[in-house]
Amino acid sequence: MIPEVGHFALILALAVAAFQGLVPLIGAQYGNREMMASAVPAALIQLILVYVAFASLTYGYISSDFSLQNVFENSHSAKPLLYKISGVWGNHEGSMLLWIFILAIFGAAVAIFGDNLPPSLRARVLAVQGTIGFAFLLFSVVTSNPFARLSPAPIEGNGLNPILQDPALAFHPPFLYAGYVGLSIAFSFAIAALIQGKVDAAWARWVRPWTLAAWMFLTIGIAMGSWWAYYELGWGGWWFWDPVENASFMPWLVATALLHSAIVVEKRNALKVWTVLLSIIAFSLSLLGTFLVRSGVLTSVHAFAVDPARGVFILGILTVFIGGGFSLFAWRAPMLKASGIFAPISREGGLVLNNLFLCAACAAVFIGTLYPLALETITGEKISVGPPYFNLTFGPIMLPLLLLVPLGAVLSWKRADAFAVLQRLWMAAALALALGLIVLIVNVRGPWAAPLGFMLGGWLIFGSLIDLANRIALFRGPIANSVSRFGGLPRSSIGMTLAHAGLGFMIIGIVAISLWKVEHILVMKPGDRAEVGGYTVQFKSETPMTRANFTGRAGQFVISKDGRELATVVSEKREFKPNGTPTTEVGIHQTLAGDVYVVMGDKAADGGRVVRMYFNPLVSMIWLGALIMFAGGALSLTDRRYRIGAPKPALTMVEVPAE
Amino acid sequence: MTLRLLLIFLILLPLPAYAVQPDEMLKDTRLEARARDLSGGFRCLVCQNQSIDESDAPLARDLRILIRERLTAGDNDGQIMDFVVARYGDYILLKPRLTASTFVLWATPFLIVLAGFGYFLRRRTSMVQTAETALSEQEQATLRDL
Repeated sequence: MIPEVGHFALILALAVAAFQGLVPLIGAQYGNREMMASAVPAALIQLILVYVAFASLTYGYISSDFSLQNVFENSHSAKPLLYKISGVWGNHEGSMLLWIFILAIFGAAVAIFGDNLPPSLRARVLAVQGTIGFAFLLFSVVTSNPFARLSPAPIEGNGLNPILQDPALAFHPPFLYAGYVGLSIAFSFAIAALIQGKVDAAWARWVRPWTLAAWMFLTIGIAMGSWWAYYELGWGGWWFWDPVENASFMPWLVATALLHSAIVVEKRNALKVWTVLLSIIAFSLSLLGTFLVRSGVLTSVHAFAVDPARGVFILGILTVFIGGGFSLFAWRAPMLKASGIFAPISREGGLVLNNLFLCAACAAVFIGTLYPLALETITGEKISVGPPYFNLTFGPIMLPLLLLVPLGAVLSWKRADAFAVLQRLWMAAALALALGLIVLIVNVRGPWAAPLGFMLGGWLIFGSLIDLANRIALFRGPIANSVSRFGGLPRSSIGMTLAHAGLGFMIIGIVAISLWKVEHILVMKPGDRAEVGGYTVQFKSETPMTRANFTGRAGQFVISKDGRELATVVSEKREFKPNGTPTTEVGIHQTLAGDVYVVMGDKAADGGRVVRMYFNPLVSMIWLGALIMFAGGALSLTDRRYRIGAPKPALTMVEVPAE
Repeated sequence: MTLRLLLIFLILLPLPAYAVQPDEMLKDTRLEARARDLSGGFRCLVCQNQSIDESDAPLARDLRILIRERLTAGDNDGQIMDFVVARYGDYILLKPRLTASTFVLWATPFLIVLAGFGYFLRRRTSMVQTAETALSEQEQATLRDL
């Protein structure tokens, strides 16, 4: 009964979305207040209905109702509760439902917090949201019904892919989807602005917090995925330039560009057309990511062609929203008057360069991901585009951007004095140089890139901190004065400092693990010792283990340094119920200086175990950096001007009727 | 149909891999390092986006051993590349060679940077010019009033 309620709610939500997509839009066109206002209850009702559908499916999973085909295929009664719940989105149908659920949450949030928006703008934004919701609800109801029943109901389910039975991966999709879907708000605002024919500072002030929230979710979602790959896949890699990763990385890059260009619109009323375009591109890439992952087109062009129903449907959604968005842009963008003049060396100029490099970097990822597909479709020629391509294109494009980050942050608006900028940052440059020198001395025979990489990371960290110190006049007067100045700084400015410094930490982590990783692969028997990165690892024992959802063997490894025992880590080989899928759990001794990473492999011919051990120096900095960036975003989001809301539109703001 | 999609979904998930085994490794550490570098550049043909250095598929193992045999026989890196590409085609290279059909792939990102720069600079000059004329008109009006 409950699944049918869910199914019915989903179909009702489809009808409500159709209403939400049409009526407020028509109301805004003819200035009908009731029709415009109807968007708000429509968005709220849609959230309630989708929530009912989502909760029904979740209930099916928690109660192991195997009469539901979706639950039967993706769950097992012996799974822990957490993975029963995460099983809801560990499959195609459920993950689409999650997508729709998050979309409905964002739509309702605009409805609730959008009180200070001009009524016509709010109506149009919610109408575009309704249209997106309609498209995906239709997709779900027509091609991906999560509530299909089986008769007779099987006794036991097929089980969730063991690889997905992991805490980080359980929460990875919701964060990632919140990021993808959050960008739909920027898209809706852009489309509404194009229909209105008006973009101003107030518009940018509404768009920024939504984009920022989406960016934060994407940052954490991607970092979680990378962290999971690091400890689960068993060779210490943290980023693979896999198409699925790229699909989430592209929206992140453009969202980062959008965050920065929206600042220019808000503060200087310039770059309006470009910002609107970026909003459309950012969400288009989110849709593209959904298409790439969900259609199977990545596995091979043929897999897509063999079973095209869903792929073609998503491709249709893509065409309507991306094509429609760009067409509307081409038609209406000339109406948006360009204004705000600035010199090349100015904060605006710096932000334009930021956008240029980020978009070019995104283009490198885009073309690298899709080129093999396009080439095979057009000429039949098969090529591979792997990590070396991305390192050679993405890397050189990002490098100048990273160098410019601290400079851009201290430039003044309109026209900046290059000399004054250097004066403000010489100390940061000196500190970065010192860090590079220290690394050079420690790393005499190591790779030449190491000192340079550390200098770059240090430049970002010290540049941000020195800028902050300058702004609060630290060391240039009584400390109380600096403290009170610090209290007076806008939170968004401290947020920026944090985010840029976080990027610096991430760079240092990436440089360290890329250049200094130590690997040792050998066959060990219990009692054997081996060295890796200055640590001694002793294979102590191997014991069988049994859990509700798997059986396996656990190897205990004692890690010591200079004769002092530090920790015992466990690496496991598991065989999951019901069909014995093998997985490996890595044993990691984590310190800030680096991780000792031990993987117990297969049995060797002589009865020992193949053991691979790594020392991954400073690798935690990568995820620590991402966390700091996230914290910077969170701090900015609590900035005073978002809390007290956007400025009321002035009386002079006359509606421009769109034809 | 659903089963096929499920399979596709499962294939898309990266699987744990154990890669190089101790018994494959060469005694000569310098040759072994070259072998690792080379195998990082070849795609495992039966895997989803993994190099043969990372994969535990039997085919990847065979290739790893083959590369080491060529290395011990004294081949240089280029010869080994050609040897492998001759057998498996360009598809096996994770770093695509620069050819007529990959020119667009390699050039586009950098062309975008150049085009962006060019556009920014041209637009800047035109903006400065319009700004100057606009200002001078106003100023002329003020001047006349004086």
